[in-house]
Amino acid sequence: MSAGTKISVRGVSKLFRTAGGEEVLALDRTDLEIRNGEFVSIVGPSGCGKSTLLNLIAGFEQPTDGRVEVDGRRIERPGADRGVVFQNYALFPWLSVAQNIAFGPRSIGCTPREVRERVARCISLVKLDGFDAKYPHELSGGLSQRCALARCIANDPDVMLMDEPLAALDAFTRETLQDELLRIWSEASHQRSKTVVYVTHAIDEALFLSDRVVVMQPRPGRVLDIVDVPFARPRAGEMRLQPDFHALQAKVWRLLNQKTEEEQRRQ
Amino acid sequence: MAEDAETAAPGPTGSAPSSATAPLSRYLLRLCIPAVLILAWILATTTFQLFPKALLPAPWDVVRSAVRLIETGELLEHVLASLERILYANLLALGLGVPLGLAMGMSRTFENLLGGMLSIFRPIPPLAWVPLAILWFGIGTLSIVFITFLAAFFAVLLNTIAGTRAVDQRLVRAAASLGAGRRRIVLNVVLPSVLPYIFTGARIAVGVSWMSIVAAELIAASNGLGYMISFYREVLRTDVVIVGMLTIGVIGLMMDLGSRWLENRLLPWRQHGGVA
Repeated sequence: MSAGTKISVRGVSKLFRTAGGEEVLALDRTDLEIRNGEFVSIVGPSGCGKSTLLNLIAGFEQPTDGRVEVDGRRIERPGADRGVVFQNYALFPWLSVAQNIAFGPRSIGCTPREVRERVARCISLVKLDGFDAKYPHELSGGLSQRCALARCIANDPDVMLMDEPLAALDAFTRETLQDELLRIWSEASHQRSKTVVYVTHAIDEALFLSDRVVVMQPRPGRVLDIVDVPFARPRAGEMRLQPDFHALQAKVWRLLNQKTEEEQRRQ
Repeated sequence: MAEDAETAAPGPTGSAPSSATAPLSRYLLRLCIPAVLILAWILATTTFQLFPKALLPAPWDVVRSAVRLIETGELLEHVLASLERILYANLLALGLGVPLGLAMGMSRTFENLLGGMLSIFRPIPPLAWVPLAILWFGIGTLSIVFITFLAAFFAVLLNTIAGTRAVDQRLVRAAASLGAGRRRIVLNVVLPSVLPYIFTGARIAVGVSWMSIVAAELIAASNGLGYMISFYREVLRTDVVIVGMLTIGVIGLMMDLGSRWLENRLLPWRQHGGVA
């Protein structure tokens, strides 16, 4: 483990057994190093193991082979140091927005006063002011994901794991939230840097948000290439219109598709 | 937490809440069949005199008996006796059924430990326990509570198990990654998720309680609505028998409406289609 490494994935394989008894290699001897404070996206078609990789880092699943480490310690279970944001928000439907956000701080033993302060701070950070008492079923998709983000940040985790958090939203809301995500990430990182692992199937989203993009391929799931994204931060929405951005987008697109053609030839 | 077909009751999108805005014609439509039945009853007992009074008394005989039973307090005494037994039996069923259901829904070990034995007991109708209950507990409240409990228990247990299995695993994962331990996950994620199922289980339990309690009281009690019905049948007072039957119908309806109201009050998020 080199200095500054936050998350280390070494020789990790994950074998699933389907209901029919068939074995599927979701992840094959994968290596990946993620630096402290880095924003890394994982892109790839479905079945490439990107969500599996995220679940392994979260501690929801254990690798069949290899090691997943955070700060040099092997991951054995989910923990408050690694916050997770889910595609379908996974908000507790019986809790209000404020109570959802308070769930984490209460779980890790904050005092009632500290809980209140964190909730207030996170609500204004994600701009949900005035929605404290609303319930998840009263929120739109965009507001739900803001609430889920606030709930994750309320614990002040070192690592934020996001599993296609914007995939269920319409295109316009998605772009707005991409901008918001960068702002929230940079503000939340003031006190303590936050490492983000972001799973998506949208190339432009990955490039806009990330320092590096991990390109994965399926059957078996493995890392094809890692693309550096050189654009300076803070990034503005117009960046999506730059020729450089499009060139990089094309590069990742070709990476993903060339492999598919090769597979087609083989078949 | 989809509304599974199994034991789940129809959602709040059903007829109950919308009836507040129902047009007059819908009420009239609902009253049609009862009106026809009552008319047929009147014609059959008075105009045509098809049945002797002991087989089917006239409606006003039933009403007159009802008024007399209410005035003397006899009806209330029997109603309270039955209600008390139903209350005890269902509290017991909830107290045992919910924790057992949670344990069996969450742990394979518990499921294997208890599943087999419960599958043997479940098909035994509660009434088949009457002879044993009388031998063990004698004639009276204890026997009836025991038999009614058996009926209610399985409704609560099976619904709790179904609810526990249906808990959204994403919510459990979310809670774990927010730092919640096992105890907090059970109390603050699993239990609230299962609550709608427990409500359904309790509502079904109260329903089957009425079925078994009346039958049990026919045999093993000296008061209660079942006893009242049985006693007056023996003296051929069919009008009182009908009063007893209608009383059960009305109380059952009120309990069902009450529990639906309570459920909508306590679980407001359910009205809008479950998990966000």
